[in-house]
Amino acid sequence: MDRLLEVKNLKVSYNTWKGKVRAVRGLEFHLDRNETLAIVGESGCGKTAAVKALMRLMESPAGEIEEGSGIFFEGRDVLAMDKKELVRLRGGDIGMIFQDPMASLNPTMKIGDQIAESLMIHRKLKKKEAQAEAREMLRQVDIPDADFMAQKYPHELSGGMRQRVMIAIALACRPKILIADEPTTALDVTVQAQILELMGELQQKFGTAVILITHDLGIAAGNADRIHIMYAGQIVERGRTEELFSNPVHPYTRALLHSTPKIDSKQKSVLYSLAGSPPDLMHSIEGCPFSPRCGNSKDICRESLPETAKISETHQVMCWKAVREMGGGEL
Amino acid sequence: MSGHYIEIKNLKKYFHVGKKLWLKAVDDISLDIDKGETYALVGESGCGKTTLGRTTLGFYEATGGEVLVNGTNIHKLGKEERFGFTRKAQMIFQDSYSSMNPRMTIGDIVAEGMDIHRLCSSKDRAEKICGMLDMVGLSSELAARFPHELSGGQRQRVVIARALALEPEFIVCDEPISSLDVSVQAQVVNLLIERQKKMELTYLFIAHDLSMVRHISDKVGVMYMGKLMESASTTELYGNPLHPYTQALLSAIPVPDPGAGKIITADMPKGEKAGMINPAPGCRFASRCIYAKAVCKETAPELRKIKGGHFAACHIL
Repeated sequence: MDRLLEVKNLKVSYNTWKGKVRAVRGLEFHLDRNETLAIVGESGCGKTAAVKALMRLMESPAGEIEEGSGIFFEGRDVLAMDKKELVRLRGGDIGMIFQDPMASLNPTMKIGDQIAESLMIHRKLKKKEAQAEAREMLRQVDIPDADFMAQKYPHELSGGMRQRVMIAIALACRPKILIADEPTTALDVTVQAQILELMGELQQKFGTAVILITHDLGIAAGNADRIHIMYAGQIVERGRTEELFSNPVHPYTRALLHSTPKIDSKQKSVLYSLAGSPPDLMHSIEGCPFSPRCGNSKDICRESLPETAKISETHQVMCWKAVREMGGGEL
Repeated sequence: MSGHYIEIKNLKKYFHVGKKLWLKAVDDISLDIDKGETYALVGESGCGKTTLGRTTLGFYEATGGEVLVNGTNIHKLGKEERFGFTRKAQMIFQDSYSSMNPRMTIGDIVAEGMDIHRLCSSKDRAEKICGMLDMVGLSSELAARFPHELSGGQRQRVVIARALALEPEFIVCDEPISSLDVSVQAQVVNLLIERQKKMELTYLFIAHDLSMVRHISDKVGVMYMGKLMESASTTELYGNPLHPYTQALLSAIPVPDPGAGKIITADMPKGEKAGMINPAPGCRFASRCIYAKAVCKETAPELRKIKGGHFAACHIL
């Protein structure tokens, strides 16, 4: 399969008045053509910081990508790109959808013009052509009465409609990668199902690869080919969707799966719950970041960062217990 | 007097939003809750769940209908009775941060209700605060801290401690877990269930997470645009959902199991809900319902008994 994106040892930090918050701590992953990769983790684990870094949306001095990090898009080094190349990358090669569509749309611009804007920049279309294409995109995302709706402002639309407009903008230039950062978190369940289905259809039609950022394992299960579980700025477990659900190895993955009630669980029984809270990313972490909350932690867990254990070719986990049982392996 | 602890009868709450414009947030809803029971209200955002919860506690004046708690109409209480009622009935809000005074310490927040109702002497106050924090699984050192120093999960526990400190009988929990991470949700839900068993608490649990609702509740009511669409015991509702809207809601939950198959949206409601201001006659769900007939657009269906304890408002049933 074709490798589209390769991320190597990505480290991202935010500079705050209190000090440096090291949000992403050595992330490694890749994305192939046409696949959907879900990155799952709880709030503050560095999911959004990581994908922002992919498009170099981290402005220094507020945040920075640390030295030694590598991001390669189709073999080209994103970190070495100049301004012109970055403009092509953002919105041209990689499209992005954010959690809150109202905050990412321009409130003073008609939605048709907002879609046309990116077409004029990236595909160098004339205004007329761009606007016709924008209406076509509105039809593609199942917005009824596209000619009429193109004249509306964002505040006139419902949350689900706004998210459809975001998808239309992101996909208008036929990007190779679509990054969807919690695209349905702000939506109701019935609308969420519609949006996820639409994303799946368009992905098939345009052959786009998707990075789906979510905190909901249910959404990841239904939509992703591969899943990476993130904790405290690192990927602690990665695998094909079926592998991860049939054989979760990392105690954090297991905790996430067990803390949602099962269909057949007894009512009002005690749910499995994870004690404690994630580590403060302001401080350096000794050993395994999960060890203070893990029921099985040994001395080695508190002292040094776990190596990666290989469960299968595609399934790896960062945990000392798994290393002892399975033997270490290279990523 | 019948045996139900809480009886909501034909409750209405309309908001006046403009000339001849009424937003019917709660429109003719009736339901009962028994003592020690959890009644869950589910529905999508903006369907009137929170308004129903608040009107039940008397935060809002009702436009029509009544709420009986232990046989007394809480909208007709005198000043003193009202004061007594605020001790027995408490509320837990969705956003724990905005429901605390940021300039008060955690200890003072937990004790505020006790101070107002004079439930403890100044001598026992510190001890009582430690006891409450301990009950919800927080360290007593936190008493001297401020809300911004706590995590979301810790703050939600403080809110629960504050509500429990008054030894209430009835708590309205308005989306108590939806702003929390999955691993922390379970901690809070466990705490709520454990306290209910020990103190025989009655909960009105407002939520949109249907899998958690199934776990925590005894009865469930499904709301849509201010109307109660279906109401039944939890096992009955999840096992045999009758209303097309309930069926759609249940089938739209993403299941954390890759074998479960894709969610099929062909059987789901089309589009999104219309506005709630001066709604059209007929069933509120008719415009999105895939089974809608002519009658659905003309007359609103009554909530009627389908079989023992299972109620639904739909013409096609």
